[in-house]
Amino acid sequence: MSDFYEELEESFRLSFEPQSSETPEKIQPWGATRIVGKALPRIDAYERVAGAAEYTYDVILPNMIHAAILRSPHAHAMVKSIDTGAAEKMPGVVAVLTGKSPGADLPWYGSRTVAQSKLFDPHCRYEGDEVAAVAAHTPYQAWDAIKAIKVVYEELPFILDQESALKPNAPKLHESGNTAGDPRVTRRGDVAKGFAEADVVLEETFYTSIQMHVPMEAHGSVVKWDGDKVTIWDSTQGVYDAVLLPFARTMGIPINNIRVICRYFGGGFGSKLEIGKYTIIAALLARKTGQPVKLMLSREETLLAVGNRPDAKMTLKAGVKKDGTLTALQLTNVATCGAYSGGTSVGFQVGELYKCPNVQISESTFYINAGRARAFRAPGFPAGNWCLEQMMDMLAEKIGMDPVELRLKNFTNVSQSRNFPYTSTGLRECLTEGSKAFGWKEARAAKKSSGHIKRGIGLAAGLWQGGNGSPPYTAEIRMFSDGGVTIKTGAMDLGTGTKTVAAMVAAEELGIPLESVRVINADTAVTPYGQSSGGSMTLPGLIPAVRRGAWLVKRQLFGWAAETLGVPVDDLELKVDPKANAIVSRSSPDKKKTIQELMQAHGVMDVIGIGNRDPNPANKVTMPFAAHFAEVEVNTKTGDVRVVRLLGANDSGRVINRKTFDNQVYGGMTMGQGYALTEKRVMDRQTGKMCNANFHDYKVPTALDVPADHKVLPIDPGDSECNIVGCKGLGEPAHVPVASAIANAIYDAIGVRPTHGPIDNRTILELLSKKDRG
Amino acid sequence: MPEDPEEQCCKSHQGISRRGFLSTVSVGAVAAVSLGNPSEAPAQEIEAVGDSVTINLSINGSKRKVVVEPRWTLLYVLRDMLGLTGTKIGCERGECGACTVLVDGKTRYACLMLAVEAQEHEITTLEGLMDGEKLGPVQQAFAEEDAFQCGFCTPGQIMAVEGLLRQNPNPTFDQIRLGVSGNLCRCAAYQHIFKAAAKAAELRMKGGAA
Repeated sequence: MSDFYEELEESFRLSFEPQSSETPEKIQPWGATRIVGKALPRIDAYERVAGAAEYTYDVILPNMIHAAILRSPHAHAMVKSIDTGAAEKMPGVVAVLTGKSPGADLPWYGSRTVAQSKLFDPHCRYEGDEVAAVAAHTPYQAWDAIKAIKVVYEELPFILDQESALKPNAPKLHESGNTAGDPRVTRRGDVAKGFAEADVVLEETFYTSIQMHVPMEAHGSVVKWDGDKVTIWDSTQGVYDAVLLPFARTMGIPINNIRVICRYFGGGFGSKLEIGKYTIIAALLARKTGQPVKLMLSREETLLAVGNRPDAKMTLKAGVKKDGTLTALQLTNVATCGAYSGGTSVGFQVGELYKCPNVQISESTFYINAGRARAFRAPGFPAGNWCLEQMMDMLAEKIGMDPVELRLKNFTNVSQSRNFPYTSTGLRECLTEGSKAFGWKEARAAKKSSGHIKRGIGLAAGLWQGGNGSPPYTAEIRMFSDGGVTIKTGAMDLGTGTKTVAAMVAAEELGIPLESVRVINADTAVTPYGQSSGGSMTLPGLIPAVRRGAWLVKRQLFGWAAETLGVPVDDLELKVDPKANAIVSRSSPDKKKTIQELMQAHGVMDVIGIGNRDPNPANKVTMPFAAHFAEVEVNTKTGDVRVVRLLGANDSGRVINRKTFDNQVYGGMTMGQGYALTEKRVMDRQTGKMCNANFHDYKVPTALDVPADHKVLPIDPGDSECNIVGCKGLGEPAHVPVASAIANAIYDAIGVRPTHGPIDNRTILELLSKKDRG
Repeated sequence: MPEDPEEQCCKSHQGISRRGFLSTVSVGAVAAVSLGNPSEAPAQEIEAVGDSVTINLSINGSKRKVVVEPRWTLLYVLRDMLGLTGTKIGCERGECGACTVLVDGKTRYACLMLAVEAQEHEITTLEGLMDGEKLGPVQQAFAEEDAFQCGFCTPGQIMAVEGLLRQNPNPTFDQIRLGVSGNLCRCAAYQHIFKAAAKAAELRMKGGAA
């Protein structure tokens, strides 16, 4: 299991155990809301559209130099010697770094507890492994010098798939061999008994390919030392967990000597949840040269060396009764994780989404000579969904049941894996309301075209294992004497709108306008701890802490006002007045005190509320759910697939901002469309090198690929238990089911099951020719 | 009509073959070369890029004199020499559109144009759409419609829409789609980008961001 999953597991454990003996004081749910739930532009929209937002890539410091990394051109090789003499003499070169440089012979942990390699490991295990680095006055000079480094490699035989990894004489990637950990088996009930009870048993093998993250901002860092203190601007999903802590461990320096900043962030999708070798390399070069160093990866490097979604070969056997009751699910998954450990598990959702007493999941992972898997938007879930939700359609067809009905039949409000009830599940409504809004019944009843353009519809349900959020998260809410508020949080805003929803929730709680709230985030020297943004846990982790902090500010001020005015606290409200915001009695409005008067009377210039995230409820499970619907057109002559329309029904609890909600659903579903149809890492079997490490050959969806008709349907089950705001995560569940929905729609259109993803033109034509041959 | 990205590539090299241009200039492409056998790309070849030259650029209406290496791209000079970091780096090989600027009012990828080629042309970057601290109409529309998530491709998207609307003030939905089709958005805020482009057209016809 990946660390990411381990972290998720950890968050579940936290959710079952009370955090302290003190139970936080109860906060009543909001009644009608003024701000929360509206569709509002972001509070940092101005900076982003004006070009004022400073991304890591935009950091330019006095005396700054630029670094570049020499990477192994071979899939598998041993570095025999490195000659940097010529490179050091190149124009503009300030420093060259290899594993032999002082302080650079470091074990490489990344985000893990075991070091699998070195910062510059002479054993290069994939095309892209780090060999040396250069710092120069310009990036051009750095790249020139990289080319002038002479490396003698001993090339080794390489492996690119699990079949070759298993062969007895296969080249070994690691001393332990090519098996990444022991096979993992989880069981519930008795699958043999389940299959015996079934009226229909089906088995099919499904394949998914390796998907690349390719965030628009490349990975990279700018590092500046001041003596033994260091400032790092890093394009990261977590200033604390992903950079600060692993940096402290790798470099052996105290945490408070390190400052990590990432206020604007150009995308990560999971690939920036761990520290990069580039951060350490930049730090070593900066320390060596006494100059700030900027090291941003090239686009090609982001495709080779900083993660991907692993592939999966999933054999799923399923049993169902004639009435649609699932009796057993048995999954075997074989995956590759690249050259180093990376999570490849896909099974959780298969055992969780539907009520099913008998489940068995076996998973195994192998090393190959290619870039390593990293967490990628709902790790394992789009793949698990790909086999489960296509299988559900296969079963539905076999027993003559509508696919929506089959899913409803097996609906559950109890977590199957954890055996505790969900705090809420809107899956039923996602299916029923979603199919109504999509026009499912009408579209199914419509006649199929007899021409070469075939139309089809499909759906898939899904869930995400995270999306609950958990402690620790701290938000500092500071109200000034004029009623304005600054929120400080170490949480990231990946582009999901964290800052905006934090401001909305604080404004809601305090009764002030949204414009009065400013958010300072993701700077470890300034902002309190926030977890890395992953697992769709930022909103449900941070936002309750923000509400708690705002509530504390309000309690303080209202308490003072009640005392001074001689009225009960619940008779008070904050009255916004351009001249002076005041706390006013509702019953006798002449009784009031301005915020400034209250603060002066108590000898302060501001009031600060430190909001901590409350523990999750005991013996309950919180997850977001979704049902996605697709209509496609398949050209049976060319194999072209056009997505005609999409609808995403998502239960992520309370919608804080309808604009950013919709945007995330569009984005998640579009990325899923890429996963379904076009996105795939292609490796050259002759050389072991990646063929499509660029945006031209690696096909992400463009403006011309997305359907004009794309609807978003939020389903809010009114979760009063999950946290004090009632919100669940969205970014990942918005991505999970859509690829399977598209696959099911393609089946509906052409009558052949597309088991291999992505379903590109060639796949479609092969499927059709197989069908013709019978 | 918006320019086709392929067409932009062809126009940008102005006498240098595309392959030659990429292998000697683009940092992204240099990375590709670096991954081959170093002996295949001797350092001398790369060094022979010529001495620095002084050029005059006209950017956002102001004249700038800059000393550049002939191989430096307009993108590099805008960002690293002039501090105009509104223009973003996405791929440095003309495939993503994050560095889109206007050259004489038409959309161009700044990574595929050398700074020396940009002389005698009027360059407009994202910063050039502002009126003091006030947003231009396209920027205003992008903010109102939430036409981005991480915001990194956004300057390029805004410039693509600005370029489109300068040539076609009232585009259809399909013309908008085509107009931003050379600009990748991995967060996939396309639906909101389409809305913002339509709104920007409205705002411009009304005469500003009002």
